[in-house]
This record gives sequence, C-alpha cells and structure tokens, in this order.
Amino acid sequence: MDNTNVLEIKDLAISFKTFEGKVQAVRGVNFELKKGETLAIVGESGSGKSVSTKAVNRLLPKKNSIIESGQILFEGKDLLTISDKEMQEIRGNDIAMIFQDPMTSLNPTMQVGRQIAEPMIKHQHLSNEQAREKAIELMRLVGIRNPEQTHKHYPHQFSGGMRQRVMIAISLACEPKILIADEPTTALDVTIQAQILNLMNNLKQELDTSIIFITHDLGVVAQMADRVAVMYAGQIVEIGTADEIFYNPMHPYTWGLLASMPTLDVNQTDLYNIPGSPPNLLHPPVGDAFAPRNEFALEIDFEQEPELFKVTDTHYAKTWLLHPEAPDVTPPAEVVRRKAKYESLYAEKKTSNQVGGEVVGSRG
Amino acid sequence: MVAEVKEKKPIVEIFGYKQYFNEGKRNEVRAVNDVSFNIYKGETFGLVGESGSGKSTTGRALIKLGDITGGQILYKGQDITKIKGRGNLLDFRKSMQMIFQDPYASLNPRITVKDIIGGALKVHGLYKNSSERNERVYELLEQVGLSKEFANRYPKEFSGGQCQRVGIARALAVEPDFIIADEAISALDVSIQAQVVNLLKELKKENNLTYLFIAHDLSMVKYISDRIGVMNSGRILEIAEADELYQAPLHPYTESLLSAIPTPDPELERNRIRTEYDPKYHQYEDLSKVGLHEIAPEHYIYCHQDEVELYRKKRDKLLREGQKYA
Repeated sequence: MDNTNVLEIKDLAISFKTFEGKVQAVRGVNFELKKGETLAIVGESGSGKSVSTKAVNRLLPKKNSIIESGQILFEGKDLLTISDKEMQEIRGNDIAMIFQDPMTSLNPTMQVGRQIAEPMIKHQHLSNEQAREKAIELMRLVGIRNPEQTHKHYPHQFSGGMRQRVMIAISLACEPKILIADEPTTALDVTIQAQILNLMNNLKQELDTSIIFITHDLGVVAQMADRVAVMYAGQIVEIGTADEIFYNPMHPYTWGLLASMPTLDVNQTDLYNIPGSPPNLLHPPVGDAFAPRNEFALEIDFEQEPELFKVTDTHYAKTWLLHPEAPDVTPPAEVVRRKAKYESLYAEKKTSNQVGGEVVGSRG
Repeated sequence: MVAEVKEKKPIVEIFGYKQYFNEGKRNEVRAVNDVSFNIYKGETFGLVGESGSGKSTTGRALIKLGDITGGQILYKGQDITKIKGRGNLLDFRKSMQMIFQDPYASLNPRITVKDIIGGALKVHGLYKNSSERNERVYELLEQVGLSKEFANRYPKEFSGGQCQRVGIARALAVEPDFIIADEAISALDVSIQAQVVNLLKELKKENNLTYLFIAHDLSMVKYISDRIGVMNSGRILEIAEADELYQAPLHPYTESLLSAIPTPDPELERNRIRTEYDPKYHQYEDLSKVGLHEIAPEHYIYCHQDEVELYRKKRDKLLREGQKYA
C-alpha cells in the first residue's frame, strides 16, 4: 500500500426531495482512499453510507437527489461536474461496483458470460470472441466451477453465492482502480460469506485495487479493512486504522456498535444494545446527532455539534468527550477490554518492530 | 444461559420427519431426510444451518404449512396431520405462531398496524368489539417497545427493526404457547439484531413461551437458545445444549459453521484459519449403524456406531483445552 490518494471526497452533502420535505442524507463527508487499501464504511441502515458511495459513481436518481456541496476528486477530475459521457468512460471501467443483492442486480434474461463480457466489449473494445474467453477466465478466477459450460447459464441457474461471484467477476472485468462493494455479503450465509471475503482479499492482493467496503457488520470489517470510517446520521463520526477503531475507539457510537456484537464466549450471556433508533434526517437534530441515544452525552452535545478531534495522525473522532475540558468517562466493559488489548498490542509492536509503516499511537 | 426447565415435558416431538418435493419425478428434491428431535416446554430450541439445509422446511411443517412426506410430528401429544376442520385448525394456530424473516414482505402494506395486529384477534374472535380489540393492540405495541401512536401507521413508515417488532406483536396477539421464529433477525442490522434478541428473551419470560429459533449463523443463536440443533442437507448432524455446543463442537460441520463467523477483532481475524466442510463427510454407504448417537448427556452426533468413541475422545480433549472459539 503506498500513500497516494486515488479518490478524495471533500465536504460532500446530499439531500433528497420527498413529499415531506428535504431529507439531508449526507451532511458533510470527507475521506480519501489510498492506493491498494480497503476502507470500510460502517453504520446502521440510513446512515448515508450507500448514498455517499453511489454519488461517486453518479448512480443517484437525478430526479430527486440534490448535491448540496462538495467535490469527488478522481485523477484530478471532479466526478460531480464532468459530463455524462465522461462519467460513462469511468463507471464500470475505473470505478466498479458490487451491489448487495445478487438476485436483483443481474439481468435475468442474459447469459452470465455475456454480462461479464459486456464491460470489456464496451470499455476495452475487445471482440465478442476475446471478451467471451476473458469472461470464462474471470469466472474461473472467482471460483465458479466448469465455466466453459456455465457461462451460457442464466442467473436463476446459480445459487446466491455463485451469483455474487458473477457480480464480482463483472466488476473486475476491466481491472478497476477502485472497487466499491456495497454490503456484498449481507444476503449470504456465513459459510458462503467467508468464501467471498476470502476471494475478495486474494483478488485485491493480485490486482492492487483499492476497495471501499460498505457493511453494517463489524466482524466483516475486522476481516477486510485497513482503515474504517464509522458513519452516523449522514456524517463520519470516527475514522482510523482498523486497529485504532477496534482497540481504541473514542466515539460512544463506536463503543455501542462494538459492545452489541455477539461473541462466541460462553460466559457472556447478555447482549448490549444501543437504545432507540437513528434520528429523522428530515430535521437533523441540533448538536450531536447521537446525543439522544448516548448515555455518555454531555450538556453541550444537545447544543453544539462537536468538531472532528484528532487522536493520532490517522485517527479522528467527532465527540465532545475528546475536548480537553470534557469529564473522564468509563466506556462499556467490552471497550475497556479492547483498550487493554490495544495497549498490549502496541507494546508488542514497539518492541518487536516487525510492522513497518503502520501508525500506532494512543491517547488518554 | 440455561433457563430452568422445571419439568422436561416435550411440547413438540418429531420422529423421522421426511419432506420430498416433486416426489417420484425426475426433479425430486429430498429437502428433509429423517429428522427427529424434541422441543421441551419452556425452552428455546435453536435450529441452525445454511440455506438449503431444510431448517425452514422443518419449521413450516411444524406449523402445518404444507403436508409432510413421512414421519410423525406431535404437538402437545397430538399428531398434527390428524388436525382437521376449521375449528381445530384455529385452535392449533392460536397455540402456535410464526415470526417471518423479511419484516417488510410479511406485513400487508395496504393496512395499518392496528389492523395487522387486530386482524389476528378478529379471526380468532377473541374480543367482543373493536374498542376492546384496540386496547389489546395498544397493549401489545407497548409490550414490543413501540408507542401506541404507531397503531394508525402503515408498514412502510417503519424501519426494518420496527417492522419486525410489529411482526412479533402480531404473533403474540393470540397468546400462543409456542412461537417459530424463522430467521427473524437475519435481515436486520447487527445493532438492531441485539435489540430484537433481547426483546424476544424478555417476552419469553413474561409470557411463558417456547421458541423454535431458526437461523443460519451461530453467533446470535447462542444468546437465546437453550439447546441447538445443527442441520445440513436435510439432516440434523449435531444436537447439544447451547454452552456445550460452543465449548465442544464435535461434528466437522459445526466446526466449519463456527469458524465462518467473522469476529470483530482484526488481530484475531488476521490469524484465523477457516475450515470448509464437504457434505460427503456425512454420507455413509451402509446406513444400518448410522444415526444420532449420544456422545455425552444431551449431546448427539449423526455418525456411525464405530465413530462414537472417537467423538467422545474429541470431546474430552476439547473440554480439557478450554474454549476454542472465544
């Protein structure tokens, strides 16, 4: 992984027009994607994670979506201002997408081999014959058995896991620089999920693609991500390396997410849950959007929105708890356990010095 | 989480249940092959397996959605295939209810929540007039953690987690003894799954319920189940008490299911070895000595008689070494 940015998103804000008024789905999102890294975006449904990444590929409905502000920079171009024609050159070629539901995102009336070949015919101007051969090769790469025959099959002849492999093959057809995977395994069984995640990790290493991985499952994130961005109510509330988010989380929302994950520990019998539900973004709340569900909320949380506080060079969190004058709070037991693990990991890494280039640091 | 099962009285008994689709035709599918287990009164039985393992088919057979091909299913001692006639069926269904997987698809989008929940009460003629019925609907909404102002809203106005609560309220409306939750949390966000699991646990305590909890992944099942059955290609391969199953998973398929669960811990994930399972493992040529054999008290494995000793040794070893997947 080198340090050049392949994608930069600056101050992106997106609203949707509805009967009831304007829903502010994304409210000022900033992040960058480095070459060869996997950035996971986590959050509950409705947190704006899919909307922000759909904007990257310009897949939002023109009729009712409004880009309020922001820039999406890819190779020096702002993807929000270029023409539709230019966008078509990029979409599916440089920036490809894997969707959540393999049942509905494939064309049911078209042979899968043809669907995989289509982007190569369109973008790389291969002949039908060449494209078909490459499609068969890709099917083999993603682990579909007997592609010489099965490339002539239709989507309904495949199982869910196999269909998702077809989706992955389509997205990889043009060897994209950026791959956006929007909950690619949510609809699948755990065993199939494990296979698909494995496959994506291997392919990433082979092709050096940057991946944006959208999910609500922190277990999946732990398996995939180099960096993690946590979204809540249309904003990134915490961003950092995977180790920082999992072992040294700072935002109470991240604490809640981690504590509500099931573990296989027999002694743990009660499951923590974050009370309440996300705010209605028709009228985003004043102050910190998470405050009403936050047991650690301070008075100021209800009045003023916190800024993004810096924890380390790679780790930022949007919570007043990081303000120098904030009182000390004790996070949930699960998070305390994780922080202890972070300390020990950090100590190990410092002494062994095996891990090069990884930024570690802790605060507080 | 071993709830005190005071008297171990089975509420459901399944003997040699078989379900074939398109029987005798070329495209015959043997969805369930000889499944037998009991569910005791007051417990939660978790049924786990990947799609196509026959777990949902078993759940549907239990509540009489379709006819069974072979075997016998007893509910409270009565053979369910013998339940006939509208009155008897109503009684049966009043006592057994179901919560479905897709919270949106299982609620009628054109009627309000009040009518969705009240509909069940009306069918069973439980309340004399609509005002009494509405009172009960408000009570139920409160029980599942929704405010009673929601009663006049339509399903589309709710989030997935809220819809699932409505589905739960509907199942509870007729005061059943037994509830089948068929992948009731699979479609929800992880944080919402925790809310719904906790709600189901609470309701069980308040209403003296027995659950059959069907799921495809072993992580959440642990928090709610007393005993767990693991299914693959139409067979139960392992049945054990929940704690026992996580401490000493014996069947290779159970191991592979456990190893597939992603854990929210990057350091662990980097060093994780996943095992894949080949269904050929449990296909035996000679079936005469093959079946569910008891390895330890309440711990059964589908295997050949000769393998029992091996599994016993494996169990001892696992228990000695301590938890594998914690």
